[in-house]
Order: sequence, then C-alpha cells, then structure tokens
Amino acid sequence: MKMELIQPFINAADAVLSQGLQGTTQVGNLSMEEEAYRRKGVAGLVALTGDIEGRIILDLDPKTAVRVASHYAGGELPESDGLVRETVFELANQVVGNAICALNDQGFHFRVHPPLLLTSDEGDKSSEDTEALVICFETSLGNVFMNVALRYNHRRPADRAVAGA
Amino acid sequence: MEQFAAVKRSKDGQPVRYLIVDDSVFARKNLARMIETFGGQVAAEAGDGLTAISEFDRTRPDIVLMDITMPQMEGIEAAEKIVQTHPEARIVMVSSVGYQENIVAALQRGARHFVQKPVKPEVLYEVIKYVMGEDGAVTNATGAGA
Repeated sequence: MKMELIQPFINAADAVLSQGLQGTTQVGNLSMEEEAYRRKGVAGLVALTGDIEGRIILDLDPKTAVRVASHYAGGELPESDGLVRETVFELANQVVGNAICALNDQGFHFRVHPPLLLTSDEGDKSSEDTEALVICFETSLGNVFMNVALRYNHRRPADRAVAGA
Repeated sequence: MEQFAAVKRSKDGQPVRYLIVDDSVFARKNLARMIETFGGQVAAEAGDGLTAISEFDRTRPDIVLMDITMPQMEGIEAAEKIVQTHPEARIVMVSSVGYQENIVAALQRGARHFVQKPVKPEVLYEVIKYVMGEDGAVTNATGAGA
C-alpha cells in the first residue's frame, strides 16, 4: 500500500483526535498487519468504494473508549453506554471524511459508507492486493489504533486512459 | 464549552429552533450542546433523510443541521426534497465529507451553507448568524450553556 494513500488518514486522525481531545496526539507504532486483524476493543469500520477501495477501522480498548466518550459527553459514561460505541463510530467517520477531502483534491472520487460495528474478534487476513497498516496514536486518554486497508481500483477511468495510451 | 451571545428570532425574540439530522447519536448530542450555548432550541432530531423530511413538516424549524452520509436517504437528497416543498428552509450541511464536489452539490440542491466536521462551535455560530440573516438577532444574553 502506497504511503501517499495512508498519509491523508494519518493527518486526518491526528487532527481529529487533537481537536476533539484538546491535547497533543503522537503517532506511535506503525506496523504492517500480516496476520488476520485482531480487534482490541470497541471498533468502528468505515468502508470506501470508488477510485480507492477498502476500509478503515478505528479501534480503542474498552477503557480508552469509555474515557474518550466520557470526555466528549462532558461526564462519566458507563462502559455499557451506547454512546461509547457511537463516539468511536463518529470519530472513524470524521477521520475518513477529512482524509478523503485531501485525496479528492488529488482527483480521487469515493463513496463513504456509514460506520459499522466490528463485532468479530478477527477480521480478514491481509493480501498482496489489500495490505493493512496499523497506526497507533498516543493520546492523553490512551492509545487509539487505526487499521487502514486500501487499494487502487483499477477500473478508475484515468488509469484506463493511461493504460491505453 | 465556549460562551456565545444568544441568537434569537428577530420577529418574536424566541429562541431559534433547530432540526438536527445525523445518523450518529454522538453527533446529534454534540450539536445539541452547541445549540444550547447559542441560546437555541432543538425542535426535533432525525437519524436519516426520510425522517428528516417528515420531522421538518411536523416541526417547521428555523434551521436544519444536516449530515450527508446516512442510511436510507442521504442528506443532500433530503435537503433537496425539503427545499422543493419549502423553498424558505434554511439547511446547513454538517459533514466530515467536505470536499468541493459535495459542497457544490449540496449548495446547488438548496443547502445554504456547509460546515466541516469536527465542528468548531465558533464556526457553526458564525454560520448560524449568517444563515439567519435579518431573521436572526444577537442579544446580549448568553446561551444556556454559558
């Protein structure tokens, strides 16, 4: 997976988390997910279709998810509160939305699908076609993991034109 | 949350009434809290475009805050349908998908403005004042959240 695809998502997550949590966010570990995806806690998946296809997962361990959701809610939330999950969903949505604005400026077009709750403990294994990159963001409320698996859609008209030239 | 001078309806001095449309409960709560700090009132909430249309007909809000990516019916289509029936509707799109094409499509189909998520209260406040125009008046009192 090319870094030019990943960088807008890293920038967007950094901006969304820094603004929302009103503190600095550091990009920690960055690693390729070679084995099947293992969920850490409360995870929201946003799928993209269009010139670039794939999915982004925002994943927080349960305690971090509660701390982050409580911060946004302005009061302590119990772990069972549906707002904890909703907060992770909306953060995933905002990260993807902001990232694709940057990619759209480069001429890529997408459709963003509403976030889905990731319930299975394991996801699909990475493939040569769709590698997954895991980025850890260290925030004052705990670590936020972003798992990005994207690939160029080879049916993109501009690519076909280049191929045909 | 930051304090703002309340924006009221100039015709009767009553709070500006909002319809909040977003499939995310989190986003709706967040916007509702901001609206309180602007001295506004939530007339209704909706989680998709179809419900937004019926809630608009039922409550006739002064302003609609409308997300774009939603199940059943997306925000731009819902905005268009509302404006077709109610040309006076003031619809502000509030979305993280704020690229040029989406903004232009929303404005062409009747939305009055566009605010990018994550929403900054001071940005939304200025947009509300702008969209209300002469139908809104800034009073000396601060909003409920102050």
